[in-house]
This record gives sequence, C-alpha cells and structure tokens, in this order.
Amino acid sequence: MSLKNLKNPGLWLTLVVVFILGVIPIINNKASAREETLTVLLSVILVSSLNILLGYTGYISFGHIVFYGMGGYVGLFLISVYGWSLWTAMAAGGLASGLLAFLLGSAILRLRGSYFALATIGINEAMRAFISNFEPFGGPTGISLNFQVYNQYGGAAQALWTIYYVVLALALGNILLSYLVKTSKFGLGLQAIREDEEAAEVMGVVTPSSKTWAYVLSAVLPGMVGVLFFFKNGNIEPGPAFRLHLSIELLVMVMLGGYGTIAGPVLGAFGYQRLRGLLLTSDLFKNIQLTVAGVLLLVIILFIPSGAVGWIRHRFPVTRRYLP
Amino acid sequence: MILQVSGVSKRFGGLQALSDVSFNLEEGRIMGLIGPNGAGKTTLFNCINGVYRPEEGRVVFRGQNITGNKTYHVAKMGLSRTHQIVRPLNDLTIRENVIVGACFGRENHSLGSAEKIADEVLEFVRLHERANQLAGSLNVGQKKRLEMARALAARPYLLLLDEVLAGLNASEITQMIGIVRDIRERGTTIIMIEHVMQAVMNVSDDILVLDFGKQIAFGTPEQVANDPKVIEAYLGDPTLAAELSGKKSSA
Repeated sequence: MSLKNLKNPGLWLTLVVVFILGVIPIINNKASAREETLTVLLSVILVSSLNILLGYTGYISFGHIVFYGMGGYVGLFLISVYGWSLWTAMAAGGLASGLLAFLLGSAILRLRGSYFALATIGINEAMRAFISNFEPFGGPTGISLNFQVYNQYGGAAQALWTIYYVVLALALGNILLSYLVKTSKFGLGLQAIREDEEAAEVMGVVTPSSKTWAYVLSAVLPGMVGVLFFFKNGNIEPGPAFRLHLSIELLVMVMLGGYGTIAGPVLGAFGYQRLRGLLLTSDLFKNIQLTVAGVLLLVIILFIPSGAVGWIRHRFPVTRRYLP
Repeated sequence: MILQVSGVSKRFGGLQALSDVSFNLEEGRIMGLIGPNGAGKTTLFNCINGVYRPEEGRVVFRGQNITGNKTYHVAKMGLSRTHQIVRPLNDLTIRENVIVGACFGRENHSLGSAEKIADEVLEFVRLHERANQLAGSLNVGQKKRLEMARALAARPYLLLLDEVLAGLNASEITQMIGIVRDIRERGTTIIMIEHVMQAVMNVSDDILVLDFGKQIAFGTPEQVANDPKVIEAYLGDPTLAAELSGKKSSA
C-alpha cells in the first residue's frame, strides 16, 4: 500500500524543491545563505510537525514551541553536564519531547476546540516558569556551552555546516514522514477525528490513543531540532526557548500554506520566512513584523481558510490526487 | 439472542429520558422503534452503542455485557449505527468515508482491503458513481445512504438505523427500504427508528413503542397496532391509527 502511494508526484515535487533549495547554499559554499535557508528548514520541520496535530487531527496547539524548548534544554543539559555527543543528545531531546507530549496528551486531549488551544498556551507558559526556577537547567540564566565542545565536530565553522546537513536531512525526512502518516490507516483515523470526532468514535476509531500518538509524533522532531538549534546557538534560556510568538508564527505558516496538506506547510514556511526577511530589512516594517503576521493570519482565515495549497485543491479538484 | 436490553434507564438532570426499557432481539430480525418526538428513541440508541452510559439496567450484545462501554469498543464488536442528523466527514471523499468504516469496524481491515469493501458497499447503496466526490457535496438523501454505507462497511452483526427515511422523497424511500431488506437478507440484524409509519410497519418483524421514555408496547406490527394502549397513549390521531393497522384512510 505505502509503496504504491510513494509514487505520488506532489510528494516528490515537494521533496525535490526542498532538496534543491537546501543544496544551493552548499554548492555556493556561502555561510550567509546557509543561515537564511537553515531558518526556513527549521520552520519547515516545525510546521510540518504541527500539521500532523493541527492539519490532520484538527487540534489547534498554540504552544507547540514548548517541545522545541524542551528538547533544546534536555539536549544541552546532557551535552554540557554529561558530555553526551550532539547526536545522542539530539535523540534524547526528541524522546523527551515525545514523552512530554504523551503525558500531556493523556491529560489535555480530552478537551475540545478552544479549550485545548487554551490549555496548550498554559502549558508553554507553565513550562517556561518551571524551567526559570529549575536549578539543574540553570534557572533564569539557562545553560551555556563551553566553546571547546565544537572541537569534536571540526571546529565551530565546520559544526555549523554539519548541523545544516542534518537539518536538511531531517526536513526531507519529516516531509516524507508526514506523507506516510497522512496516507496510512492511522492518518485516516486522524482525519476522521478532525472532521467529526463523535462520528469517528461511532465508526470505531479509538480516539484517545490516536490523538495522543498524533501529539507525540508532532512533538518528536521539534524536540530534535531544538537540540540542534540551541547547540548551534551555544546557549539556551527560558525566554528564547519557550517563545510564545514563535508558536503563533508557526500557526500563520500552516494556515498560509494550507493545513492538512503535505506541500502546504513547506510552502507556508518558505513564503512566511521570505516575507519576514523582507519586513525585517525594511525601515517601515522592521519593528512591526509580528503585526504583519497577525494581519496575515486574519486575512487568511477570513478569505482563504484552507490556505494556498488547500485553495488550489478546492478550486481545481483534479489536483487533489497530485497535491497530497 | 443478539441483543438483550434489560431495565435501561437514563436521566438528563430532571428529565427522565428513558425508564425501565427491556426487550430481547433475535438474530436476523428487523425491529422498528417508534414513538412521538422526544420519546427517547435516539437516547435508547445512544445507551445501546455507548454514547451514553445508562444509570440503570444492562445491555448485553452477543452474550457480552456492553453497558457503558466506549462507543469505539462497541463498534469493533460489530454494532454499527447511522445518525438521525447526518454526520459526513465533509472534507474526505465518499470512498474515504466508507473506508473509515471498514478500517476501524469489526473486521479491522487494512487500507487495501478496506478499499475493496468500500467499493462493494458503495455499489450496494448506489453511490459508486460519486465515490471520489467530497462527502460535503452530497444532498440529504445521498448523505443518508453514505451513513448507511459507512455503517455497513464495518460488516456489523447489528445495525442501528436512526430515521434513514426522514427527509427522503417517495422514490428515495422505496429505494432505501429495498436496501434495508437486502441488508437483512445478508444476515444483519436491524433496529430502525422511523416516523414513516407505513414503511416501518411493513418492513419490521417486531415493533417497540416508546412514549415519554417508557416502553408502552412490544410485539408484532399487528399486535402493536391493535394495542389499545398504543392507540390511546400514542395515536391520539385516528388517521394515524388507521394507517398503523394497515387500513388506508381515505383523506
């Protein structure tokens, strides 16, 4: 089944486009282009992950960034205190976020609609407050890495490139993962929940465990890239780790590209980050770029609630087969 | 005995929605469930398939006590239902809607085999030509057939049909009754809630009558139609009484 499904042209187009855009900075060997693309690729991973929960299952999480921060903290803690390698720390960060989602999911996924959304904000804020007072994680000052740590990755400059390769691979892997989830039986159950949770239950979809696993799946990769990002940064603090407005930007990106689709989150991430780049360098908008994001979200919800890819699928039904 | 309901009661705050409902249903039969609006018919369905947990009483399905079990567990045991107010999964295609039924129902199919079942069932309810359309684009009659198809795709032992005839025109009603009879022919037991009296009297082997949550009669259509309690308490309307007992009233 899944092998037959893998022939979907929309999936391959998405993968190829991301791959090409990801490879350009490598070919040109330019650090500035690399940093720009890295931001986009990180967004692609975060947005595609969020899409499993929001787009497939229909549960809006306003605090998805909590998994990014959580992963980052666990990873940096293990690296700085126990001397773990970046790769095992990255796996541990993903695992920790997945575990957190599992525990949270069992508790808050019984809430429907706006109550769930509110709970996710609460969790992000509670986590930030907790970490700020949690001494092993450095409290309000966070964790800083010793510069020596980059030496085992060939020095800081080389480490940045290595991280970039891994992020590119994770982005491609995440697109494939989200496609496989969507076209699986599990994914069909999630979409049934999104459309009508009670009807799904009556048809035999075991909703509590399905929702919990969707939540876990949407948390693991953000946890992993959280480790990579904050490792690259060299330090992590409660503020940047659990930044609520980043969660909202993720929502803008999902909605912009089209929730519940494969290409949508990718398109949304590219489009939004490009726009953000333009705004940040313009004198007029550089201080109010978040306002633009808010207005953008409003416009999308009012006029094209299914996002760019969703709109195309809706407008031209023949494309549904090719645009997963 | 496929279903044994004994002493089921359900309260919503001060409202006694069901009180002490008991009946046994043999395999392969069609039972009609009738009663005025608000009599508790849908509530009884909800108590049987686990949407509500009854305060008192027991529901035994194929020898197992399922009282208060989760809906999805009940569904996987082979008890499917349709909804009075249709609940299509709007943004999925008609085929996908039915695949959900086959995948997560009693036989727990993989996507591949569920697709085959879906195509079969869609042909059976005459929706196969629209299989790739979005469910949201159907009209009410088609949505009712889709509800039916989803329930059937689970290959249930017992099927609860909640007003599948309501809102249909005369030819759609005939078509739907044909489908209901065919389902029974294939060995599925059916309980149907219905307001279209002639249809339900014609097609049912047993009739259960509810009024204000109380069971006021249970028996063959003839017995029920001639039961003075039914005529008095429920059929205040003499034309409806005539219709029930099969005598066409000339209007």
